[in-house]
Amino acid sequence: VSRSLILDTTVRVTYRSVLVLSVYLLFAGHNQPGGGFVGGLVAAAGIALRYVAGGIDEVRSTSPVRPWTVLGTGLALATATAVLPLLIGGDVLESAKLQWDAPLLGPISTTSVLAFDTGVYLVVVGLALMLFEAFGDEWDLAPLREGDDE
Amino acid sequence: LLAALLALHALLGLLVLLFAAPLGRRGLLVGVIAPAATVAWAGWNAPSVLDGNTITQQIAWVPGLGLDIDLRLDAFSLLMVGLVSGIGALVFVYALRYFGPSTRGVGRLAGLLTLFAGAMLGLVLADNLLLLYACWELTSITSYLLIGQADEDPDARAAALQALLITSAGGLAMLGGFVLLGQQAGTFQLSLLLADPPSGALVSVALVLVLLGAFTKSAQVPFHSWLPAAMVAPTPISAYLHSAAMVKAGVYLIARLAPVFAIIGFWQPLVVSVGLLTMIVGGLRALRPHDLKQLLAFGTISQLGFLVVLFGIGQPAATAAGCALLVAHALFKAALFMVVGIIDHQAGTRDIRALPTLGAGWTPTKVVAAIAAASMAGLPPLAGFLAKESAYEALLDGSLAERFVLTGIVAGSILTVAYSLRLVWGAFGTTPTSPQVSMAVARAATPPPPATLFLAPAGALAALTVLLGVAPQLFTELVDAGAGALDDGTAADLSLWHGFTVALLLSAVTVLAGSLLFLVRRRVEPLQARLGPRWSASRVYESLVRGLPRVADAVTGFVQPGSLPVYAAVILSVAAVVPLTGLVLGSWWSGWPALVGPLASVPIAALLIGGAVAAATAARRFTAALLLGSVGYGMALLFVLQGAPDLALTQAAIETLSIVLFLLVLRQLPDRFERRASGRSTAWRLVVSAMVGLLVFGFALAMSGARTARPVSEEMVERALPEAAGRNVVNVILVDFRGLDTLGEITVLVVAAVGATAVARAGRRTSRDVVEEVAE
Repeated sequence: VSRSLILDTTVRVTYRSVLVLSVYLLFAGHNQPGGGFVGGLVAAAGIALRYVAGGIDEVRSTSPVRPWTVLGTGLALATATAVLPLLIGGDVLESAKLQWDAPLLGPISTTSVLAFDTGVYLVVVGLALMLFEAFGDEWDLAPLREGDDE
Repeated sequence: LLAALLALHALLGLLVLLFAAPLGRRGLLVGVIAPAATVAWAGWNAPSVLDGNTITQQIAWVPGLGLDIDLRLDAFSLLMVGLVSGIGALVFVYALRYFGPSTRGVGRLAGLLTLFAGAMLGLVLADNLLLLYACWELTSITSYLLIGQADEDPDARAAALQALLITSAGGLAMLGGFVLLGQQAGTFQLSLLLADPPSGALVSVALVLVLLGAFTKSAQVPFHSWLPAAMVAPTPISAYLHSAAMVKAGVYLIARLAPVFAIIGFWQPLVVSVGLLTMIVGGLRALRPHDLKQLLAFGTISQLGFLVVLFGIGQPAATAAGCALLVAHALFKAALFMVVGIIDHQAGTRDIRALPTLGAGWTPTKVVAAIAAASMAGLPPLAGFLAKESAYEALLDGSLAERFVLTGIVAGSILTVAYSLRLVWGAFGTTPTSPQVSMAVARAATPPPPATLFLAPAGALAALTVLLGVAPQLFTELVDAGAGALDDGTAADLSLWHGFTVALLLSAVTVLAGSLLFLVRRRVEPLQARLGPRWSASRVYESLVRGLPRVADAVTGFVQPGSLPVYAAVILSVAAVVPLTGLVLGSWWSGWPALVGPLASVPIAALLIGGAVAAATAARRFTAALLLGSVGYGMALLFVLQGAPDLALTQAAIETLSIVLFLLVLRQLPDRFERRASGRSTAWRLVVSAMVGLLVFGFALAMSGARTARPVSEEMVERALPEAAGRNVVNVILVDFRGLDTLGEITVLVVAAVGATAVARAGRRTSRDVVEEVAE
């Protein structure tokens, strides 16, 4: 069984763009279509592409940390963002507007919920990684490929 | 300072628990500090409290729930504190000799005992129903752990569990009653509630629930079976928890509530009949066992019934008699338990038939036991006599019903005399009652008599019994103050000699009849064996405990058949039927909406319908998944058409991912759907699907025409930019306005991910095992 060169190359090129798109969606989300959930789903679709090209090993190589770490970090980040305002005397999930005049780039404004959204993003990505880990196989075992031999 | 005493108990208890192993028996010496300090403090304040003053302390805990640490010490609480901490301190001293230096787990026991003493102290000081409940359950839990002290003994574990299940089931009912009472009264503070009692049907219900808790805790028939079983605990535990302190909790609660609530609803008939029944059943059962501790346990049940009757009537004179009996009973019963523990400890058995004759050196023990037993039987000049006499006196002048109650009490007291004699005879008598005894006498010389310190606590209690008996003025003052705190109208008049009264005659009859019953015990025993109950409360308990898992099994088997189609059918039918009835019954029709809308939606609709029909009829799972995906993409297109790019983006991304995941899972399943042979099942599926389809269609129509209020989305749109600094309203709602929902949802995602992984791994492991087995 051999891997398809064309598919491999296409996926490598596409994968990076998809990830950039997903991060863009995450950051743009507050003002334009997008957000942590959609961004995470797009990243997960990118990971699905990697899986199609090379099985679970290819998926594992996309992330330096294990799936459950991604999942847990996401939930912890979101919870921390939700609870932090309580500790400094606000309401649960109260948000603050941040503004920063960056050199060269001009004024950048964002809100503290970006951290919350990042948590959502990480949870969705982690979920996808977990599911591939749970149900996926190594590439040369994948029955999907069996048709190619015939 | 009240709270500080409670904190001291908790602190010392936890400390001893923490260092249980190195402390061992010395833990008792540390633990005793708490009850001893309490006694000292209570003694210091006693004169003022007995004069009718109260000491209160309030600490806010959860004010929003009406849950505060309200502590209040009045004269009745002072009596209880005397019992709880005074006898508590003596039990600690007693336990120091009861347990050997190398006995396992004494450190743990000492810590738990200290914690129990604290919980019990909190219970009698609590002036807040919810705080009282918390302490109540704490005593149940510590009692559970203490009964199960010998944790490698299955009997001890079962007895501990039985006590816990019965008392905490009653406790739960009581909590319900407390909440109802508090709601009706508008306060959970006991003193306020009693000063301005609520009334109404709900209050009657609440009282019955509260009484359930009191009955279970104070081992009233038919909830009494846990108390004899709890006798597997070491004797110091039995002397403290199961005679003097914990079982008095129910009596305490009844005493507190009765003066105000006795006239409401079923209170009087219920409490008095349960109490009387308990007194008689306990007395009868106490004539049977050969185990001295069992005998005492049934005697305790009987006396608790007596107390419940006296307090439950709610009449001033009876309440005063109840206070007197409360004190007298704690003194003599704790002393008797201690003596039985001493006998058990020295002779190695507490079976009447196997007990050797206790000869030289045992005289002090015998004197203590005789005094305590005589007080129990109600002989002058002891505290028990005064208490029983005042009980007779209180009920003599009453109505017909009270005379009837008096008859029951006299009958119960006759039994008490009989089992008191049986106890003393059994423990110290020399007459062989069976061949075993003569054997035992032959085998063993007199066991070594107890050390002075071992007997001292019981001796102190016996001395107090005598003191209160020969100094009725002192006893009267105590009881008067205690009963006065419960009910203003009380006036106790305890004295050894009232003249030739009916009460005295009744006392004489009681003692004579009791002695007679004891003398003819050989005739009575076979009769009793024959009349012995076919079913006992403990058997009922056992069948309940065994039946519960069976019922749970059957219910689970019925509602969880493990068939995916059944689950889906149930969920979908419920989801369809409930709103459908609403749709059919309601008036929501606002006319058809525009049939087509934008022209581009026509081909999309065709794609959707075609995809759905094809997915439903596809023969291969793989094909069906792909077709479902096409339906999803069609929806995304519709969203784009309606101007919701956000939604479309999400829908498309989700659709992509679900197809991939579907394919991953489908690899594990057969390629084709199995053929549906049964026409009935097909018809059933069609019906459910049609219902769901109808519902969604009707709902969409109804919702689009039903809006009358201003949509909430407009408000969200207005607030999005100024309040949350975001222009994408959907995202602002997700992460800000409804952020907590999102947090909940991603938590669900995490749980689902972990669960799916676990299931998949478990499944995979078995399949690999199977492969290995095949390979072998």
